[in-house]
Amino acid sequence: MLTEKEVWEKLEVVKDPEIPTLSMVDMGIITKVEVKADESVRVEMTPTFVGCPALKMMEQMVYDCLKEAGIEKVSVSTNLDTPWNSNKITERGLLCLKKHGLAPPPKHEGEITQELLEHVACPFCGSKNTETKSPFGPTLCRSLHYCHNCLQAFEQFKPVV
Amino acid sequence: MNTPAIKELLYKMADDLLIIGHRHSEWTGLGPILEEDISFSSMAQDKIGQSQALFQLLHQLGEPDADTNAFTRNANQFYNAQFAELPNEEYDFSTVRHFLYDHADQLRFEMLAHSSYEPLAKLARKVKGELKYHVFHANTWMVKLAQGTEESKARMQTALSNAWNYALGMFEESKFEKELIAAKIFEGEAALKTKWIQAITPFIEKAGLKLPPEKEWNPVYGGRKNFHTEHLDPLVKEMGEVFRVEPASQW
Repeated sequence: MLTEKEVWEKLEVVKDPEIPTLSMVDMGIITKVEVKADESVRVEMTPTFVGCPALKMMEQMVYDCLKEAGIEKVSVSTNLDTPWNSNKITERGLLCLKKHGLAPPPKHEGEITQELLEHVACPFCGSKNTETKSPFGPTLCRSLHYCHNCLQAFEQFKPVV
Repeated sequence: MNTPAIKELLYKMADDLLIIGHRHSEWTGLGPILEEDISFSSMAQDKIGQSQALFQLLHQLGEPDADTNAFTRNANQFYNAQFAELPNEEYDFSTVRHFLYDHADQLRFEMLAHSSYEPLAKLARKVKGELKYHVFHANTWMVKLAQGTEESKARMQTALSNAWNYALGMFEESKFEKELIAAKIFEGEAALKTKWIQAITPFIEKAGLKLPPEKEWNPVYGGRKNFHTEHLDPLVKEMGEVFRVEPASQW
């Protein structure tokens, strides 16, 4: 009998299409896995941003992964029952972001101020002598920064409440 | 559940987001600097995505699906405030509109996070966090441009004065206003407007700009009742062009 834990483990190979070091599980966007008595599997996901254009593609990737693992009946859906926020990224996920050259989002207490976005630690040299260039970057979930210490531009995965 | 009242509320919000999102997208490739080009493009993507989510709620209430609803109506079937459809003009007006609109939008979604209409409350709890970045961006540029040169300050003041009565038009009341408030679906346009003025005032002062004197306030209403400027029709035609040519096309 297939267990929910096994399904979660299988899903760890499904990576974010824009950050290939980060799994969707570590990103915190897979919110529910259910295995029914007939061994059919239902997965629920939630978007990082409502307008995320990769959402349909990510649903398909989850579906394909489980089908390839030999599960016959798979359904994947998206809802906002447990909305995503950046605190849902796992510790391992935060490390993956850093490895990919992205500053991980700081933990927040349910409130984000403009000050929290300034002086983000540089993912390359660790310096906080950095400057926010723009709250919007190449994808909805990233912002643009510049490090005055190692003189490099870098991106941050934004904190979101 | 008061379905006509909820539908009207969802339509005006969805249309505001869709139309202003389209206007923002017109900066793609034309922004004054690369970061700003990306910013308006990102905000366009957020807003159009958020409007799609609202159209999906409408679809659950029996209205057409999101694409059909967004791309096949004529200009005189839209519920957006006229403020949203005005042309971008130059960066001064676009920035001022973005500032005035996004403060209102953020506060509206914060209010709706407590709505008794749970599907909308769920969406609002998510969207209000995303909008923080739009408001941060707007606050930064309002102050930065108004404190640049004499010319930039004068241009920001002119843009603010020109935008103001249109911005007040965002708070045009619904014929269901009392019912929405009584049913705790939405706290109402008047309450929203009061909060909005409180929210924008510190930034306008910080920027060294002035609102028109209150006795000159003359809100431009009509958008919520399908009356629009001549600018909406060409926008709607351009926005729906591909869909109308091939409604069955897959993206």
